[in-house]
Amino acid sequence: MTGNSAIHNPQSTISITFTLNGSPISVEIDAADRLLDTLRYRLGLTGTKEGCGEGECGACTVYLDGLPVNSCLVPAYQVRGRRVETVESLPPARLDPLLTHGATQCGACTPGVAMTSCWIIDHPDLLATHSVRELLAGNLCRCTGYDGILDGISAAMQSRP
Amino acid sequence: MRRPLSPVYSPTVQRLEGLAKLTGRERYVDDLPLEGFLWGATVRSPAPRGRITAIHFDPAIDWSQFTIVDSRDVPGPNTIALIESDQPVLASGYVRHVHEAIVLLAHPDRTALRRAAAAVQIDVAPEPAVTDFRVAPRPDQIQYGDDNVLKHLQISKGDVERALAAAPIVVEGVYETGAQEHVYLEPQGMIAALEGDVLVVRGSMQCPYYILKALRHALGRDEGRVRVIQTPTGGGFGGKEEYPSTIALHAALLTLKSGKPVKIVYDRGEDMAATTKRHPSLVRHRTGVTPDGRLLAQDIEVVMDGGAYVTLSPVVLSRGIIHAAGPYACDHVRIDGRAMFTNAVPFGAFRGFGAPQTHFANERHMDRVAARLGLDPAELRRRNLLRDEESTATGQVIRDGTDRRAVLEHALTLADYDNKRAAHARDNVSSAVTRRGIGIATFHHGAGFTGSGEVMLASRLDVAGLADGSIEIRSANIEMGQGTLTVFTALAAQRLGLDPAHVRIAEADTARVPNSGPTVASRTAMVVGRLVERACDDLRRRLDMDEATGDALRRALRDWHEKHPGAELVGQAKYEPPPGVVWDDVRYRGDAYGTFGWGAYVAEVEVDLRTYETRVIDFVAVQEVGTVLHEVLARGQVQGGVAQAIGWALLEDCRWKDGAMVNAQLTNYLIPTSDDLPRIRVAFLETPYAYGAQGAKGLGELPMDGPAPAIVNAVAAATGADPCVIPLTPERLMMISDFGMRIAASKGQDSTP
Repeated sequence: MTGNSAIHNPQSTISITFTLNGSPISVEIDAADRLLDTLRYRLGLTGTKEGCGEGECGACTVYLDGLPVNSCLVPAYQVRGRRVETVESLPPARLDPLLTHGATQCGACTPGVAMTSCWIIDHPDLLATHSVRELLAGNLCRCTGYDGILDGISAAMQSRP
Repeated sequence: MRRPLSPVYSPTVQRLEGLAKLTGRERYVDDLPLEGFLWGATVRSPAPRGRITAIHFDPAIDWSQFTIVDSRDVPGPNTIALIESDQPVLASGYVRHVHEAIVLLAHPDRTALRRAAAAVQIDVAPEPAVTDFRVAPRPDQIQYGDDNVLKHLQISKGDVERALAAAPIVVEGVYETGAQEHVYLEPQGMIAALEGDVLVVRGSMQCPYYILKALRHALGRDEGRVRVIQTPTGGGFGGKEEYPSTIALHAALLTLKSGKPVKIVYDRGEDMAATTKRHPSLVRHRTGVTPDGRLLAQDIEVVMDGGAYVTLSPVVLSRGIIHAAGPYACDHVRIDGRAMFTNAVPFGAFRGFGAPQTHFANERHMDRVAARLGLDPAELRRRNLLRDEESTATGQVIRDGTDRRAVLEHALTLADYDNKRAAHARDNVSSAVTRRGIGIATFHHGAGFTGSGEVMLASRLDVAGLADGSIEIRSANIEMGQGTLTVFTALAAQRLGLDPAHVRIAEADTARVPNSGPTVASRTAMVVGRLVERACDDLRRRLDMDEATGDALRRALRDWHEKHPGAELVGQAKYEPPPGVVWDDVRYRGDAYGTFGWGAYVAEVEVDLRTYETRVIDFVAVQEVGTVLHEVLARGQVQGGVAQAIGWALLEDCRWKDGAMVNAQLTNYLIPTSDDLPRIRVAFLETPYAYGAQGAKGLGELPMDGPAPAIVNAVAAATGADPCVIPLTPERLMMISDFGMRIAASKGQDSTP
């Protein structure tokens, strides 16, 4: 719905194909569309949130080829042929430690926090060089003071096989 | 003192909507499926004050594709109904602040809409604006009454002048706090649509009935033709108390003119620039004290920046001055408060509602009194904290059975206060580049509306017994992250012996739920939670089964519906004030609140002498808030409130030009990240409050009150500087340090930032 714009720029619509949450998908986009808008408004994956639109808050975090990125800063055409995973791909059972420890309150930052948290949990080797506080610093949360998130990550890492 | 938690409230009862939020399934206003709608945008004033002389629509754009609304399209009175009706829905011929809404546009394509909004040019013939609330206005700047005072309030107890004249020691101080942006992570947004003849507005909000009132007033629609529904709300902190009425009206006007659904969602920049913020403040203290530290007299002047319209400033000022003398016993108190008109975006509700500002001043001042007397700041507070049967500044006699000294001692013990003070005194001498310090604050926060406010709200709540044997709570109080859904469900489940799975909560829809009041003022769990319990009792009474619980109750509900097919069985509750609470709204005397929460916070900081950065390295938050209803949720409220207050104290610096925020983006308005904060250590003392749900008192705002003064007191202890202005950014600290003073002196400038 947004951005498609027969009105303002009819020539700019392009088609891209990429892998979304494990399945190939083709979508028409405007050349100027952000990945965030493509996910939310073209594909209906509204789990990914816009908190600031300038790469500060991390609410729009997705994995691009396995690495967390701010989807508000990624032009949609750049994901052509690549692999994108969104919060909708996370198995709910993985999120249980976050829930138990109070990692979510209002929930607006939460999908991004969940993505970054799971990425930290999946990469324990990072903790040799970085603290969890440093790794989480790209995700702003205004409700929790972060302790509930940190506790959830810590519990999840301890319960890993 | 800590009671074991009852099973219903054990942390194994998870936040009800938590998994939906973690998996991204929760649908906020911008996530709702919507067909055939228009996006709405707002064209705003470029100037702080003046007459609108022309509105130019760029002829390069085909405006016939756009729905265009201005003040002439407002069918009723062009004002946003709140305390005063002075704020227009859309400016009509005259503007009083930058970013004041003038023209609304709607279009199906958001990109085209943004281009069009930028192509509307507003000409304003400028008039002299007021941009500094601390300076007396010139005659040509007067725009409200004959002195620009939006509200003037006074509290008087005893004889301050005589007590100050007789006091052996008088300590003076001036304290300032800056504006603060809420930064709820979900920006403001509303959808308006016509469903038949009914205008339905959905969106992110704290107070559905405030919006209903504003829509009825300005649109001239009767209650049956307007309906307001809250969507899951991604944070509020007060920022979604009054402001959403404006967006709701804007979306509604565009819908009424176009006949189509209209969605307005602010981006972060518009949200930060155009919506409310915490009131900036200036507080002067003059305190008489004995050499051994007994408070003899407190003379306090509070000035707040209200911005360009009255909005909620009178009640923010009210709560501010009521808390200004702190949780201390003093026989002679005078507090004079004024909220000033300025040509700034109106300041509004923000967690704490005026009290964080006055607590900052008072707690910072207590440390300066202690320094003058050569007393440990903890000892000064020990000697003055209220005891039961002593009275507050308004003459409210405290007799709640809580031990405020125990709150302080518990915090000091957890923080290892005495040992750390000694260690800092020893180690700071030998450290070349860092200084450590520890600071405290003791404070209180009145729970629920001030004075007669709860009586005037006359909140009502329903609990319906359904045909499947479950119950439905019908309340206008909303979930914005603080845990309303979970707490209400747990309260009803416990009251009726039901599995929480058999308790539902109705959507906050003004067509379906009674007005249980706004979700503000730390009132939801305490006041409205009590209504949940009483409506549960009333439901059983209607079944003639006062004691029924669990399966027996569920059978009775099913049986009743079999006998009364299609009928509704509804238990009701209406607010009743606690006995003996008496408030004089004219003289500002008496019981300002039914009860208070009490806190003692201890902050330890490390200051880098090279960069003047302050890092909070330990934080202990001890509070007495009555019964803790849900430990995980309650701890989260405290940790989140402390984090928000650490931001206010050290980082969050609104920069202004012509009364508008110029750093309206998260790139240069900094809120704390995980890496900026220490673990926030939380402890509760619990003395149940007889008139709150399960003994609960208000909790949500208290944690905003203590951190700023505790941190700045710690910085003072660490550095020997005397900071009295927040946010205490590195730049501000440098300018009041010896180094900064030398720079200022060499430039011949005043060192005060």
